[in-house]
Amino acid sequence: MANNLLHVEDLNIEFHDHIIPETVVYDFDLDMTEGEIVGLVGESGSGKSMSALAIAGLLSRHDMRKRGKIEFGDTDVLTCPREKLRSLQGNEISMIFQEPMTSLNPVKKIGWQVEETMRIHTDKTAEERRARALEVLSHVGLEDAERVYNSYPHQLSGGMRQRVMIAAAMAITPRLLIADEPTTALDVTVQAQIVDLLKHINKKHNTSILFISHDLSLVRSLCSRVLVMKGGYVVEKGPVEEVFNHPVEEYTKKLIAAIPKVEL
Amino acid sequence: MSKKTETNNKKSYDFNLIVGIVLTAIVVIPSLIGLFWTPYNPETMNSSLKMAGPSLQHLMGCDNFGRDVLSRVMKGSTTTLLIGLGTVAFGCIFGTVVGAFTGYYGGIIDEILMRCNDVMFSFPSILLALVFVAVLGSGKYQVTVALGIAFIPSYARIVRSEYIRIKNMDYVQSAKLAGAADLRVMFVHMLPNCIRVLASSVLIGFNNAVLAEAGLSFLGIGVQPPDASLGSMLSEAQTYLFSKPGLAIAPGITLIMMVLGIALLGKKVDGKK
Repeated sequence: MANNLLHVEDLNIEFHDHIIPETVVYDFDLDMTEGEIVGLVGESGSGKSMSALAIAGLLSRHDMRKRGKIEFGDTDVLTCPREKLRSLQGNEISMIFQEPMTSLNPVKKIGWQVEETMRIHTDKTAEERRARALEVLSHVGLEDAERVYNSYPHQLSGGMRQRVMIAAAMAITPRLLIADEPTTALDVTVQAQIVDLLKHINKKHNTSILFISHDLSLVRSLCSRVLVMKGGYVVEKGPVEEVFNHPVEEYTKKLIAAIPKVEL
Repeated sequence: MSKKTETNNKKSYDFNLIVGIVLTAIVVIPSLIGLFWTPYNPETMNSSLKMAGPSLQHLMGCDNFGRDVLSRVMKGSTTTLLIGLGTVAFGCIFGTVVGAFTGYYGGIIDEILMRCNDVMFSFPSILLALVFVAVLGSGKYQVTVALGIAFIPSYARIVRSEYIRIKNMDYVQSAKLAGAADLRVMFVHMLPNCIRVLASSVLIGFNNAVLAEAGLSFLGIGVQPPDASLGSMLSEAQTYLFSKPGLAIAPGITLIMMVLGIALLGKKVDGKK
């Protein structure tokens, strides 16, 4: 039995910015072990991203209530002090966002952004940081790492930016990588490359990945377990093959039936 | 004739930019020199040269106390520029901090600070500056601080709206997720994204500050004699407006060139034609 990495229990997320509070995630449970890839699928607005943001400790808006438990190692992300949370963020938990166009700071050089986690969490000197940044940039398949290092985000293509995001997330090998629809904004060939890269990272560093997507075929090829969400509830969960071959819920059946099939 | 317009069209010079640079240079270079050197001591009176007209020794003539007008214009525009710079720096720094905190955190801090801001905003800034001068006393430094305080609300507003726009961007989220502290997110990650908007409002604000300083000094509550500023020179010259208009024209034209030049540059930075 591998080590338990993440334990989420009864997570409820409520917005209070209207007169009537609105719950967006109900009773979300999730256990992840070291080195596991878990898929989280569901339609837009089903609460996937909200759950992921909560796990990453990014939901700190004052008009929002969270109940339940999110334990990462022995830290409760929801209740621990801000300082403790910050030592987890970037160090142990990293996240890749959906839109590579907006997830990099437009006025900072790529190298600076990749080095940011190292600058915050380690005592590395400028040269060590630079060497490490160039190393991760070339690991994620960017051939001319030196040039990318000195570029601004607008000088790179979408696929390259997503690779840069992954490089930045992997700069100090986190234990959990949350990928929030990392392939949605990319075209099909680049999607496949990014998924391969995630697989490679998972094998090499034993990093757990929470892969959020509405592309079921990608989830099937990448993940070992899958959670299906709808309207804030987890409606079905289990090992990928079981869920795909014998879906129990009507909604899951519909989702699976909606995968386009290419028949030649 | 038609040929001429054709060639003018071909060379698409940015007329505004060139005029802006030239006017600003004509004013700023002499006033920078005035920081270290003026042809004569601007405060030395010479009774034999009272109201002397322009000559080779005194290019712009002398004033009612026999002081060299060119030296006083140089010294005066230095003072005016420095007060303008000081005011904008003061207003901009404090305004940015207020705007950053209110925009970033929102909630109750935002409500309290922005309502105070609204109250200050509801008075014309020159009036507000008058009140602060009344409290702080008159003089170079007091005027700088008074105008600076009066300028805080406009910068706070601009920066706040930029921060609200930026704070939900993914790159801010990922900066937080990298474990960056709030202050680092605010001033290292977010502030550089506001510079563009801030830069043009700094130039416009600088103009307003220069005019406000001239206004206060003209009313006699800004820079005190014997210090020269463009406003105080205008104020002194109004007594002799008909007998010796040159005394008002020299500082007046300098002030116009300074404001016009910087306004044209500001327009350019703003990205509008």
